[in-house]
Amino acid sequence: MSSIRRASYLYLSLFALIIGVGLLMGVPFTIRLCVEAAAYSLIALGLNIQWGYGGLFNFGIMGFVMIGGFAVTFISVPINVEFWNSDGPLMLFRVIVAAGIGALLVIGANKLPKIGISGKAYRVAQVMAWIAAYIIYRSQIDPAANYIESTAGFVGGLGLPVVFGWAFGGILAAIIAYIIGKICLGLRTDYLAIATIGVSEIIRALIKNMDWLTRGTLTVSPVPWPVPKPQDFQIMGSETLQSFVFARASYLAVVLIVVIGALFLIQRAYNGPWGRMMRAIRDNHISAASMGKNVKSRQLEIFIFGAVLIGIGGAILTSFAQIFDPGGYQPINHTFVIWVMVIVGGAGNNYGALFGGIFIYIVWVLSEPVSQALFISISEFSTNMGWSAIPEIESRSLQMRVFVLGLVITLALRYAPRGLIPEVIEQDIKEKP
Amino acid sequence: MNELIFFFNKVIISGAVLGSIYALGAIGITLIFGILRFAHFAHGDMMTLGAFVTFVLVAAASALGLSAPLPMGFMVLPLAMIIASAMALGIDKGFYAPLRARGAKPVTLLIASIGVTLMIQGLIRLFFGVKSRTFFAQEPKNIFRIEVPFFDATRKITITEPQILMILVTIVAVIALHFFLTKSKFGKAMRAMADNADLAQISGINTKLVIRVTWIIAGALACLAGTMLALDVTLKPDLAFNIVLPIFAAAIVGGLGHAYGAIAGGFLVGFAETMAVFNWAILLRPFRENLPAWIPNDLSIVPTEYKLTVAFVILVIVLLIKPTGIFKGASS
Repeated sequence: MSSIRRASYLYLSLFALIIGVGLLMGVPFTIRLCVEAAAYSLIALGLNIQWGYGGLFNFGIMGFVMIGGFAVTFISVPINVEFWNSDGPLMLFRVIVAAGIGALLVIGANKLPKIGISGKAYRVAQVMAWIAAYIIYRSQIDPAANYIESTAGFVGGLGLPVVFGWAFGGILAAIIAYIIGKICLGLRTDYLAIATIGVSEIIRALIKNMDWLTRGTLTVSPVPWPVPKPQDFQIMGSETLQSFVFARASYLAVVLIVVIGALFLIQRAYNGPWGRMMRAIRDNHISAASMGKNVKSRQLEIFIFGAVLIGIGGAILTSFAQIFDPGGYQPINHTFVIWVMVIVGGAGNNYGALFGGIFIYIVWVLSEPVSQALFISISEFSTNMGWSAIPEIESRSLQMRVFVLGLVITLALRYAPRGLIPEVIEQDIKEKP
Repeated sequence: MNELIFFFNKVIISGAVLGSIYALGAIGITLIFGILRFAHFAHGDMMTLGAFVTFVLVAAASALGLSAPLPMGFMVLPLAMIIASAMALGIDKGFYAPLRARGAKPVTLLIASIGVTLMIQGLIRLFFGVKSRTFFAQEPKNIFRIEVPFFDATRKITITEPQILMILVTIVAVIALHFFLTKSKFGKAMRAMADNADLAQISGINTKLVIRVTWIIAGALACLAGTMLALDVTLKPDLAFNIVLPIFAAAIVGGLGHAYGAIAGGFLVGFAETMAVFNWAILLRPFRENLPAWIPNDLSIVPTEYKLTVAFVILVIVLLIKPTGIFKGASS
């Protein structure tokens, strides 16, 4: 029972920390912090499914977060009438047809062994099919992209409710995860790390440069909220400060419902037969395979489930920020910080990942003002001593959080390698004397 | 003819320069993987750190009023490499050695190297800020324009002094490494340990010393690669973090743990990147009148924005078709 007591102490002190931040930094700031921390902890839960349950080394979290952000932008941003009245939809339809022809070519080339063509001829046919498919696709996409970018700007959104966008973020992330998983999951751990980080960089390059679809570095804003925005509250007659508190608090309520719902479901899955099977595969996939479990398809399953949560978390973050900026995504901010959350919180334990998500996000955000205060006091001291002051304090203290993050993870690996709230390995009660 | 010289400048020279950087980085990564069995993510930031060490030394040298026929950043390199090796040893002692002593899995070491990456980046930005710097504030950057005397070409072959030095240094480093690995006692011990660490230990090889030598070589090579890269472009805190992934791709394509494979992989990835973004329609320009009009004016394989993705496409294809890389990598 000591582990439960330890966890509740940790959660109580986390609560006290949030209250302290609220007293120090003001209520609107703290609620914003809580919303973002909750979204990040949802992403951390997603990684905990992949790494903690399944032992899959996903270093491409940023890609899924971006996909979630794109999905919610595409679904919820108002319809771009100019695009739908132009030739754009027709040209895009031709792009889809071209992509379909290319896909048929590739699939056809893969089926060649069935009609007796194999060996070298089969390999050559496969390569030729890929090249032909690429040329057909490029011949349609390039003019379409140029046309849309020069006339309507970008395709715009669908103008649907935001919650659909969150769900679509999960679905789109699942589809991409299926494709990535099919390609990469057979790889060894460190190869999987490099391959996933590579795929996430490809996703970033695509979303950043497909201006006709995502508006690229021009950014899309405003992205709507699922609840009334502060401006709506101001129209209804509340004061500025109050309107921010009301709007952000109602957003926080919606996010908390999502997080608690996800936590409830995955906790049940963890304790059920499915979770036991996944842990068996994680701990020894050879013996699990010999027990008749299909290791590869189970791992694909868990990779997709994790990606769904990551995609939803990314969608929540984007709609809260009200802006989709593909240039703002960085591996440090969106991949490595999530890893720190899960490692420090406790891989394999959902409450640990949740705790790590909220705690590390608060540390990550607060290390900037704290180090700024520290630098200012050192600077005053050195000025008083007759030495010169520290230059560029503001930009330097922003960089401190990267250092703090690195320090936290190396300390955690050394002194608490299983995390603050470690996974509880349940013993079979009958075996105890 | 001008088109061919343009091709030479854009593809052959750029590819050789890029390939040299990738090869120098990939050798370090592949050596660490061969001996310690983990993917050392912090290697890119060790390159950046080495470049900043050189920068500080150059600043000190110009404060003393020293001058040299070659770029100052190149002259202080030996000293910078020694300092960077000491730093690499310190990083190992502080962060990786305690984990190894506990018998941690390679994955834990990989995550620890992410932590080291973040700490190095944070420290560099804390002390040097985020702005770009150049090694050529005090001295000119020599650019050689070589005229091609035949076929009435007007365009010239262009190469800068740092680029020539970089290619030469890579060749020297590769030859030195080859003799070190095949002829010296430590080199042979390293190869034995990469093959089978337990067997090497019971044959009386001092594995702790081999690990230290590995870090010294990796740190020196990282400093070399980082400095050469910073001499070619500019010095900024995310100098090497952005190219650590193509470097990994090069190391894996060549076969992780295989030093010659890393060199081959580096040049393969470098040339593939420059060739993929080159506009091949330029080579057709002299024959333009005789060609059908439907051939577009842009025949680059991928748009320039997607240059970095080329490395990953190669990586994924190699992993799918031949997971051990072109040369057979270290088994683990």
